[in-house]
Amino acid sequence: MHQEAAIREPLILGEKSYSQITDDVMASVVGKANRSWWIAIGIAAVMAAWGIGCILYLIGTGIGTWGLNKTVGWAWDITNFVWWVGIGHAGTLISAVLLLFRQKWRMAINRSAEAMTIFAVMMAAVWPGIHMGRIWLAYFVFPLPNQFGSLWVNFNSPLLWDVFAISTYFSVSLVFWYIGLIPDFATIRDKVTQVVPKKVYSLLAFGWTGNAKAWNRFEEISLVLAGLATPLVFSVHSIVSMDFATSVIPGWHTTIFPPYFVSGAVFSGFAMVQTLLIIMRKVMNLENYITIKHIEYMNIVIIVTGSIVGVAYLTELFISWYSGVEYEAYAFINRATGPYWWSYWAMMTCNVVSPQVFWFKKLRTSIGFTFFMSIIVNIGMWFERFVIIVTSLHRDYLPSSWTMFHPTFVDIGCFIGTIGIFFVLFLLFARFFPVLPLNELKTILKSSGEQYKNQPTTEEH
Amino acid sequence: MNDNKTIYAMYDDDMTLLAGAKELVAKGIYIRDVFSPFPIHGLDPVIGIKQTRLAICAFIYGLVGLSLALAGMYYFMIVDWPMNIGGKPNDFFYQNIPAFVPISFEFTVLLASHGMALTYFIRNWTLPGVTARNPYPETTNDRFVMEIHPSDFGMSVEDLTDELKKTGTILIEER
Repeated sequence: MHQEAAIREPLILGEKSYSQITDDVMASVVGKANRSWWIAIGIAAVMAAWGIGCILYLIGTGIGTWGLNKTVGWAWDITNFVWWVGIGHAGTLISAVLLLFRQKWRMAINRSAEAMTIFAVMMAAVWPGIHMGRIWLAYFVFPLPNQFGSLWVNFNSPLLWDVFAISTYFSVSLVFWYIGLIPDFATIRDKVTQVVPKKVYSLLAFGWTGNAKAWNRFEEISLVLAGLATPLVFSVHSIVSMDFATSVIPGWHTTIFPPYFVSGAVFSGFAMVQTLLIIMRKVMNLENYITIKHIEYMNIVIIVTGSIVGVAYLTELFISWYSGVEYEAYAFINRATGPYWWSYWAMMTCNVVSPQVFWFKKLRTSIGFTFFMSIIVNIGMWFERFVIIVTSLHRDYLPSSWTMFHPTFVDIGCFIGTIGIFFVLFLLFARFFPVLPLNELKTILKSSGEQYKNQPTTEEH
Repeated sequence: MNDNKTIYAMYDDDMTLLAGAKELVAKGIYIRDVFSPFPIHGLDPVIGIKQTRLAICAFIYGLVGLSLALAGMYYFMIVDWPMNIGGKPNDFFYQNIPAFVPISFEFTVLLASHGMALTYFIRNWTLPGVTARNPYPETTNDRFVMEIHPSDFGMSVEDLTDELKKTGTILIEER
């Protein structure tokens, strides 16, 4: 059996047995939802309904109802798209990259982080979809034979790369997540007594049996999918960044974008995981599984990626001067001192300055402070995309085209709507799905569980 | 002899089962299968389960994806309708290769992942509507069960039961 150093902190606290883990996770599935769940989903549903209303109005009337104009052709729509895709990076990073690195602390958080990824990517996909204006023609992004002769999509365009990247990322993450869920659905199927849930979970469990060969295949597919998903995570936000980097807009035309976007995405993704899990562990009594140590590990990832983002901001600022390109230099001076100075400084404060406080152990192990910081980082990362998109566009090459962007109620409504839909989906997941990977947690109980770690081991291994 | 008899031996700990399996196999007992709530590391070689070849399948699906992506882009962008994008050279495939890298990669991953997942579902026979065949519902929670057919190696049920009792099993059942 695998042994772990005694000084390494346990990942599962308390006296747990295998069935105890099952019971703790199933408590929310079989029990009645508590009041806070109903209140939360109520608020989220209202936001979602308002957003869906705005989206329908937008589709019915046209994207003129957004605040876009001739100069600022991309604003909140693409800001929100990139923000959501970025948030969607933590889940697969946790479940794939950390699996390859054999980081066992991922096991308490990977299931919900992946759920978050899937819902976030769904919300991201909404934005380019509705930005098309005529969403019923969305199938034109695929290389389909059509009535216009040899009219193919442009495979040299990063916008098409995005179509492939996002759809691959979404579908592969979904499959990866579901394959991990199947054995846990089987656990619930074999444990619940009510008729209807038993039927539903039987269907979801795909007839999982848990025999030795199936587990052999299960471990193989987890490893290979993790290996495939790892470069995929890095490719997706690199490709999103190329939507900007391959253009000739000052402030966008930068080779630093791919690594800078990827680390920003991981940064914001982990912040959103913190936001969700800090509430979830409390409401669902999972403090023994999602421990302070897990929160601290995630805060360490936040400080690392936050620092990479900080270095990238300063590098692009320096290069804008050092390159001697006056358009580039102006774009950055304008960001910091122009009419959108407040968004630039909000971004700098939230993303560069504030994560550095996590160097203090007291702060990175404080739940309340971590929650506060996770919100700050999410706001900062939204502003990052807003700064990159709007401040670069609003000063055209022609000063006569200079303008400002003002969001309308439809811009705001659609954004709030995607947040609402996201939370509705996540709350439904937390209520009905096994939020911790039961089968994986059970494999580490004896090596990383508290009561086993404290025992002197005598058996050979 | 006791044909068609199946013996199930249940354990409450994965390490007890693993140790027991090693002893039983050493005595020439063939363990048909083991049902467990999570993978028991080190068990597969003991009971003679070969490493799955799913990864090889994934590699082949990936190659198919890569070839399809490259062939498709060659046809669309070079043969059928070459696009003049900012005057950049597009007469030959190799000139456009850098722009084709992202989609080639994505499509490789797409086919490798989904091909492998489908193969996994079919080989495991885990599909919507399939009925589970684990002998005890507890095996997905906290119990570990061995399935043994005494007729496989010509041992009497009584002898087998005696052997099993020595391995710390908590339940032996004949079905």
